[in-house]
Amino acid sequence: MYQYDSYDQAMVDARVEEFRDQARRRLAGEMTEDQFKPLRLMNGLYLQLHAYMLRIAVPYGTLSPRQLRKLAHIARTYDKGYGHFTTRTNIQFNWIKLEDAADILAELATVEMHAIQTSGNCIRNISSDQYAGVAADEITDPRPWAELLRQWSSFHPEFTYLPRKFKICVIASPNDRAAMRTHDIGLELVERDGRVGARVYAGGGLGRTPMVSPLIRDFVEEEELVSYLEACLRVYNRYGRRDNKFKARIKILVHELGVEEYRRQVEEEFLHMRTLGIQPPTEELDRIRAFFAPPVYETGLSEEVDRSDPDFALWLDRNVVAHKQPGYAIANISLKPVGGIPGDATADQIDLVADLGERYSLDQVRVTHAQNLVLPFVRKADLYALWQELDAAGLGTANIDMASDIIACPGLDYCSLANARSIPVAQKIAQRFASKEAEIGELKIKISGCINACGHHHAGHIGILGVDRKGTENYQLSLGGSGAEDCSVGTITGPGFTEDGVVDAIERATNLYLTQREEGERFLDTYRRIGMAPFKEAIYG
Amino acid sequence: MKLLTGNDLATGDVIWWTGEGWSRHIGDAVDAGDEGEEILAREEAARRVNASYIIDATQTEDGPLPAHIKDRIRASGPTVRTDLAINTAIPIVKA
Repeated sequence: MYQYDSYDQAMVDARVEEFRDQARRRLAGEMTEDQFKPLRLMNGLYLQLHAYMLRIAVPYGTLSPRQLRKLAHIARTYDKGYGHFTTRTNIQFNWIKLEDAADILAELATVEMHAIQTSGNCIRNISSDQYAGVAADEITDPRPWAELLRQWSSFHPEFTYLPRKFKICVIASPNDRAAMRTHDIGLELVERDGRVGARVYAGGGLGRTPMVSPLIRDFVEEEELVSYLEACLRVYNRYGRRDNKFKARIKILVHELGVEEYRRQVEEEFLHMRTLGIQPPTEELDRIRAFFAPPVYETGLSEEVDRSDPDFALWLDRNVVAHKQPGYAIANISLKPVGGIPGDATADQIDLVADLGERYSLDQVRVTHAQNLVLPFVRKADLYALWQELDAAGLGTANIDMASDIIACPGLDYCSLANARSIPVAQKIAQRFASKEAEIGELKIKISGCINACGHHHAGHIGILGVDRKGTENYQLSLGGSGAEDCSVGTITGPGFTEDGVVDAIERATNLYLTQREEGERFLDTYRRIGMAPFKEAIYG
Repeated sequence: MKLLTGNDLATGDVIWWTGEGWSRHIGDAVDAGDEGEEILAREEAARRVNASYIIDATQTEDGPLPAHIKDRIRASGPTVRTDLAINTAIPIVKA
């Protein structure tokens, strides 16, 4: 994986000391909260419901064992012994003290991590496919591109105060595992005439106004990508709605201008950008690419896996996917134990995953936008031993993409923006459906505790939005969303439900699916074929 | 009744105005009456509280109960981690 050069390290170290001084001045009364708040947010430090929360960037979801051990250490030393993996593939600590924050950032800097640009109206952490570099269906490894964009967007002076936050995703497979088209800009690497370039989508997003991003350009050459993105951002920065926070995302600009006009303006700006010579030299991408070179794989490994243990066989079927290299597999670690808190991991579990990453996965671990972890380089012969260790630590749940593998934001249990709790609803759904999910098959349920949609509810096969109805939690249900290559925004079923009522409603919807499905159909497929009406009838009677 | 709440500047802990200072326990909170704005201005300036605000609450047999669920959860702690709770006796959902 990428390693900081002296410039990267100096930049992060300098920011730590700058923040240390800012925090000192705030604690000494030399700054008001109004003055300090934007500074702490630039360093990922929020004030949430119960305490300060620190959001730490995990660039394109890639972590080393050394970094994981540092995160476990932070959880133990400065927090309450656990962390929460997010839908942006970041990690959050919920119980941080301001007086410790600079020390934590200094500790993170020693393992090439930081919390810069995890808040504010800037380009946020670049996300990617959790199977990057090992997926059988990818045309190239998207991570060198993601890293190039990380470097380009870090402290970019022109894009530090955008109209609103900005999220970029890079994938290189026709199968979208990263919700690429729900991003402000989504890049799909494609091959044309033997050359790799980017298909560029712009103006996607969830939140208050969910939109699937339209295609802006079918192909951008590798050596022109940064210039093209500069043009996309520059048009947005110039014309994005700064007058209204709720209309300030690029999706609103693209929608209001129209795709053709936005594209025309970007192309015009792109012509100008081409003359400026701002594109990094191709040698830089080559330098970055060297950090992501494939490992030296063992050859002649066995393809056989003993499936005689039924619990292990179930985990194999649900959590293990094909690797591009014979003899190897990709192992998903579910952070969704039935009845647990989606995305939470204890310090001991994080340490264990670090150990397993070292022993079984060539020192690499990934974070998924679905709040799970991945070991991308596991020899098939090691899968049983790996599963036994995971299972013993409560990390062996076999449920990837099943009903109990629920994406849930922290909701009103932690978040100051939330209107309703998400986690208890996720727990109840998981408990209700765990015994039925083999029959139901793939079902992606996603829950947000407010309209900001951190839980991606619009993109759930079944989506749940918690709202505040006269001081009481209420839950709206939507059906038919998807964050995958068949990306779509779900449709609200009708009036909302109580916490228990929404679980019952989902059961009625899945019961209908089971009676209506045709051979090979997922819940989403059946919904798309028969439409909302029968589901509505089943749900509301 | 009117309660005053906010977060401790250094630790971020949720705190409640007791009439003489700040407590982590809502059971120690007192009605600030009409003096809330004045008290908060003074306490914020002295950095004894951060992000403070006034809430409505009712006095019950078990102590003050915030009107809004968000403040009941702030007073209680995360409902999904009762091991970390300050006060599990607070009813989060009103009967």
